[in-house]
Amino acid sequence: MLSLVSIFLTCLALILIPCLFIFRRPSFPLFLKKIIIFINTTASQYNDEEERYGTIGEKGKRGRMPKHVGIILDGNRRWANKRGLRVSEGHEAGARTVLEHAMDCFAMGINTLSLFAFSTENWGRPDGEVNFLMAMFEKNFKSEMAYFDRYKVKISVIGKRTNMPQSLLGLIHEVEEATKNYKEKHLIMALDYSGRFDILQACKSLAEKTKNGLIQVEDINESMIDKELMTSCSEYPNPDLLIRTSGEQRISNFFLWQSAYTELYFSNVLWPDFGEAEYLKALTWYQQRQRRFGRRV
Amino acid sequence: MADIIRQPLEQIHGFSRRCLFRVISMGSLPIHMAFIMDGNRRYAKKRGLEDGSGHKAGFSALMSMLQYCYELGIKYVTIYAFSIDNFRRKPEEVQSLMDLMLEKIKSLLDKESIVHGYGIRVYFIGNLALLSDQVRAAAEEVMEATAKNNRVVLLVCVAYNSTDEIVQAVKKSCVNKLVKHSEGRDRDIERIQLVDIEENMQMSVAPDPDILIRSSGETRLSNFLLWQTGNSQLFSPDALWPEIGRRHLVWAILNFQRSHSYLEKKKKQL
Repeated sequence: MLSLVSIFLTCLALILIPCLFIFRRPSFPLFLKKIIIFINTTASQYNDEEERYGTIGEKGKRGRMPKHVGIILDGNRRWANKRGLRVSEGHEAGARTVLEHAMDCFAMGINTLSLFAFSTENWGRPDGEVNFLMAMFEKNFKSEMAYFDRYKVKISVIGKRTNMPQSLLGLIHEVEEATKNYKEKHLIMALDYSGRFDILQACKSLAEKTKNGLIQVEDINESMIDKELMTSCSEYPNPDLLIRTSGEQRISNFFLWQSAYTELYFSNVLWPDFGEAEYLKALTWYQQRQRRFGRRV
Repeated sequence: MADIIRQPLEQIHGFSRRCLFRVISMGSLPIHMAFIMDGNRRYAKKRGLEDGSGHKAGFSALMSMLQYCYELGIKYVTIYAFSIDNFRRKPEEVQSLMDLMLEKIKSLLDKESIVHGYGIRVYFIGNLALLSDQVRAAAEEVMEATAKNNRVVLLVCVAYNSTDEIVQAVKKSCVNKLVKHSEGRDRDIERIQLVDIEENMQMSVAPDPDILIRSSGETRLSNFLLWQTGNSQLFSPDALWPEIGRRHLVWAILNFQRSHSYLEKKKKQL
């Protein structure tokens, strides 16, 4: 009986497989998706009606909150293509989303927010796009410096920094200096960052220390590497939750060492559309996780 | 069901499976697949079985998965058998896992085992010094016995933590560079490259995994192949490991194929 069902299903799969390649993503009809999102948002609003009169922070603080959230900002170009806009407009929309929602994240009780803004692999993109992105980072650092200073957000930029324009490097140094003493809210921008490079530079630094006799090779252990990684600037270097938007299910060389026990959340929404409802969904999902770290609960 | 009906049905079953695999292999196939076998204990609880039998059911699921992978022509398969963190579980559970592992490792040496059927070369990756002498000896015996096989490769990660693997690789790179530096062969210790760390990793015997499947619906890496899965497709079916089947494997590969051509284009741009 089971074999018959299995054979039937295999034949069905053989017929349906070509259909998967015709449509890039398995998508419900759009109206169905919108209905589901509407139901979810309404349900959450109904549940928290009293708390809606306060800030969103109140809802978030009820359950266990992650201390460090990492986000891979994916989907700007697809968002622009879908709307018939230029790629640069997609990136600008993405930057606006970052600025609009960074403070919401901190209000929910998250201490550290890391954003994968530009990876080392992204240098391979067309020159026009790369130059636009560098100019956009400069513009936003300049215009938002006062804003982050006012709200006491510590800004750190992690990454290689070898190929970045001098003006941007100067601005980064200025912003980091101006905000270095703030403690409760920390925004980490990963620019020209690669997880493997991070581990490599930690290794080089340890090799240098061994050569100078400051440490012995036998003493090298995990916590020593933790201290040498670029995320050691943060009180909570390892993300509890890593969100990747736009439906791709990869880490793409973001935090490799640091995400050993991180809960990975993949959202199909493109980054410029990632808003309050999607954040709450991700955080609710996180609160339901049973984190065992290899042991039994 | 009567045997007369069962046998031809099984043959049709096998035939339809091979047809499906033929169709899938028309597209690009992953070269290396990795599995995190999560959910054995939950499976035993769900079925009301005793504690150890979840792991036994998990082992048979593993054997069928390996058979499907090698039938499809996937050359490297890595499995996360036992993590260094798992040593912190209850001693009885750790002991029963070690006993099961010893039994199964020894069975790999049998003439009828899957190893000889598919010509598998087996590697045991991890901090083997943490294992008991018996298990370590059995593992080394299997590695030696299969060293000449070259058709397909099975990497079993036991007493493994990715952070531990990276620490060992960093230590080895430091030592190598120090030796070269003191011999005057390498002036600049700054010139530790990515390749230096990579060639000292235990997993350097295989390329990076293309797909990582974690069963039981959890989406975390749990300190498995952190360095190597930077660009791997992650897939987390809700099925517990003993319930995992052909359809999850096929679905993972289809999803891989849909983004594969885009990723290859990006790699060429670099």
